[in-house]
Amino acid sequence: MANSVASIERGKLDRGLTFRERIDPARRITLLAAGAVIALVLMLLVFIAFNGVQIFTASGFSFDAIFNATWNPDSTTAQSFGILPFIAGTVGVMVVAAIIATPLSVGLAIFMAEVAPDWARSVAQPAMEVFVGIPSVVWGWLGITVLVPFLRDDLHGIGFTLGFSWFAGSIVLSLMILPTITSITFDVITSIPAELRSASVALGTTRWQTIRHVVIPAGAAGIMTAIVLGMMRAAGEALAVQMVIGNRGVMPTSLADPMSTLTSEITLDVGNTVAGEPWNQVLWTMGLVLLLMSFGFVLLVRRLGRRRALG
Amino acid sequence: MSIADPPARADAPEVTRPTVAPSSLSTSAPIKLQARGLNVYYGAKRAVRDVDLDIPANAIMSFIGPSGCGKTSILRCFDRMNDLVPGARVEGTIMLNGEDINGRDILPVEVRRRVGLVFQRPNPFPMTIYDNVAYGPRRHGTSNRAALDEIVESCLGRAALWDEVKDDYRKKSGLSLSGGQQQRLCIARTLATEPDVVLMDEPCSALDPIATLKIEELMADLRARYTIVIVTHNMQQAARVSDRTAFFTMGEDRSGYLVEVGDTSEIFTNPRERLTEDYVSGRFG
Amino acid sequence: MKRTLYADTIATGALWAIAILVVTILGAIILHFLFASVGTISLGFLFGDPSDTSVGGIGPLLWNSIYILVLTLLLTVPLGILGGIYMAEYAGQGPIPNMIRLSQELISSVPSIVVGLFGLALFVNATHWSFTALGGALALSIFNLPLMTRLTEQALRAVPRDERDGSLALGTTKWQTIRHVVLPLAVPGIVTGVILTAGRIFGEAAALLFTSGVATPPHYDYLDFSLGDPRSPWSPFHAATTLSVYIWKLNSEGLGTFVRQISDAAAAVLVIMVLLFNLGARWLGRVLQRRVTGAR
Repeated sequence: MANSVASIERGKLDRGLTFRERIDPARRITLLAAGAVIALVLMLLVFIAFNGVQIFTASGFSFDAIFNATWNPDSTTAQSFGILPFIAGTVGVMVVAAIIATPLSVGLAIFMAEVAPDWARSVAQPAMEVFVGIPSVVWGWLGITVLVPFLRDDLHGIGFTLGFSWFAGSIVLSLMILPTITSITFDVITSIPAELRSASVALGTTRWQTIRHVVIPAGAAGIMTAIVLGMMRAAGEALAVQMVIGNRGVMPTSLADPMSTLTSEITLDVGNTVAGEPWNQVLWTMGLVLLLMSFGFVLLVRRLGRRRALG
Repeated sequence: MSIADPPARADAPEVTRPTVAPSSLSTSAPIKLQARGLNVYYGAKRAVRDVDLDIPANAIMSFIGPSGCGKTSILRCFDRMNDLVPGARVEGTIMLNGEDINGRDILPVEVRRRVGLVFQRPNPFPMTIYDNVAYGPRRHGTSNRAALDEIVESCLGRAALWDEVKDDYRKKSGLSLSGGQQQRLCIARTLATEPDVVLMDEPCSALDPIATLKIEELMADLRARYTIVIVTHNMQQAARVSDRTAFFTMGEDRSGYLVEVGDTSEIFTNPRERLTEDYVSGRFG
Repeated sequence: MKRTLYADTIATGALWAIAILVVTILGAIILHFLFASVGTISLGFLFGDPSDTSVGGIGPLLWNSIYILVLTLLLTVPLGILGGIYMAEYAGQGPIPNMIRLSQELISSVPSIVVGLFGLALFVNATHWSFTALGGALALSIFNLPLMTRLTEQALRAVPRDERDGSLALGTTKWQTIRHVVLPLAVPGIVTGVILTAGRIFGEAAALLFTSGVATPPHYDYLDFSLGDPRSPWSPFHAATTLSVYIWKLNSEGLGTFVRQISDAAAAVLVIMVLLFNLGARWLGRVLQRRVTGAR
């Protein structure tokens, strides 16, 4: 009896279950509920992929016609549906946002885990929860009303001319992914065994030396995961970016220039195009690219050895 | 004057003799560590009560006593590790080479460098054996490769680990060693910061008998250069390795106090206190 | 020695500075919206109808946000709890649980705008429902279902082993143990998680643009309870532009003189709701925790 209980508790393979346990209706019903997500993934993939390839199959565009750098969908003479500007834009904002957000978030996580007295932690932790809850449109609206005017008018005097731009999009995104990276990094750091810290401290090193040479190396893989998950969120974020990035379908060349991303383009034009036309079909292709990108991120995170895609 | 200076230097102060000699001080060795009126509190709870203790240089002192009697708490006062425990408070003075380690201008970081600590469970860093040993010297400013190589080799040698790892110590992770080897690595790592004193907190409790024996042999070798304080729950171990033994127990208020301290042979064969006799003869604890 | 101490001091200072900066940004955002919305937020604004010629109100939009939120929770919480029970109590290791975990991760990685596209294809076009609250709620359910499952799983896993063993040792079945011992103990954790998630559903917009629509809602007759009638605000088939979507729409159209005022106030309402959801989750979690542990 004791043995069979223990083996169920540890969730042994089906082999370890008695016949009665295997046909337990509760087990089957809950399995159905949990397994529904597999069907969802497959449906999502099929629907997006089916619509995403229409531009090639139904409208007969070549692969090169879509994966090129010229986006000119409403021209009558030189119509072109190259989506590379949007892919480059997505990668561009994602990378710059991660560059801005990483030092802040990792620093904040280290602060909360290693430095903060109790009272400071009890301020910072709920603050992160609120931070993560601020809706995308609110960030976008802040971008429009606070950030962009600031970049355009107040920084003008010192030689910057920025407005709706790659840079503005990256700033907004960096704030949005900050809580993501922070909370995962915090979990990673707090799960590093305390004995390692004691060992370092007992050798007469300072707290910062311990953080720098023991804590960060020990958490490196986990921190990388956190950054990748932050980048994943940045790549998929739509409204906030669309509201501040300027939405010009050109290859990004300068942080100060307006550009566009896959998500912004989908956001703006799905409602303005007619189903079945190439312009609409190519938006679905962009959706498919985004879907594959995010699946790629999940596999990357799995390779990094942690399963933290849910947050 | 900083306690960072090795005592061997010419200008080292004469070791201050305790004005009130603790009972039964029969060795003639100079006093390395000296505790007076030591009390340790965790929050409102007093864990250690009024300990006066002298620890002679170049000898092995063992702390024995039932669990919960504050042995580890006392040990951790000697390198100020209690500073890191939230709510912990240490009263009284602790002199290292005649200087108060809790003094105003003494840095805990310096104390911990002079006084090494080996933990109950081996805790090597997740890096190579080489990097484990070089960790302390590197943090303290040694970056010269040749110097580091020499330190690592000699410390691994002193910790009796060199022969077992000399082929791949630059590549192999410290975590890939066996438990006993890991503990010797931790000792080597401690030695690399050139401490005067090595504190060991039940260093063999996680090890098998053969690994334990190796550590005990190692301690005997190290005695020539270092002052060693070992906390152990294993009375045979205390009897085997130590020159002097301090017996602690827990009072009615559940705080630990020192019952008696003396040469190990005396404590085990002819203790002065009834409590000690009961404990070492196995009638208590 | 001096240098390492300086480095320690500087690094500690830098870490404090980062923390203060981030918390200040958040505080500034909250204060910004409070100040920007003072004078606009009133009962008339919260409950009134939108208008092109004046500030108007956000009543129907708020209604739709709450409606879709409740509908999404109704769809995902029961299913998520069941799924979570499987993952925590029955699954263990094996190919099927692994597939489920991978799928959960994949789903939650999908950008919400792509979920919106999927919803457009399935719940708007394929079903011929056009833009509906139900379509929006279904789209939101896609990424909330795995979230709820995961949340329940974690809450269940946090229940100590002893509690299960104690019950199983009395000869009860596994399901009885889950139902009467484990689940009740996990309730505080589940409730807290659900409320926090609800805060995020409430602000979500991208997945709703193409599923519940962007049309400015007409005047709602809240006494019209005919669930089948798409004009009734109670019907799952009414087009349901939410508050977040409305803010986006106002700005993308760039029309009207009151855009700034309305958006500021509407954004303030969203931020305040997020704060309330957070505080609510903490408070309720604590109350339930006390009740669960106290009653036993």
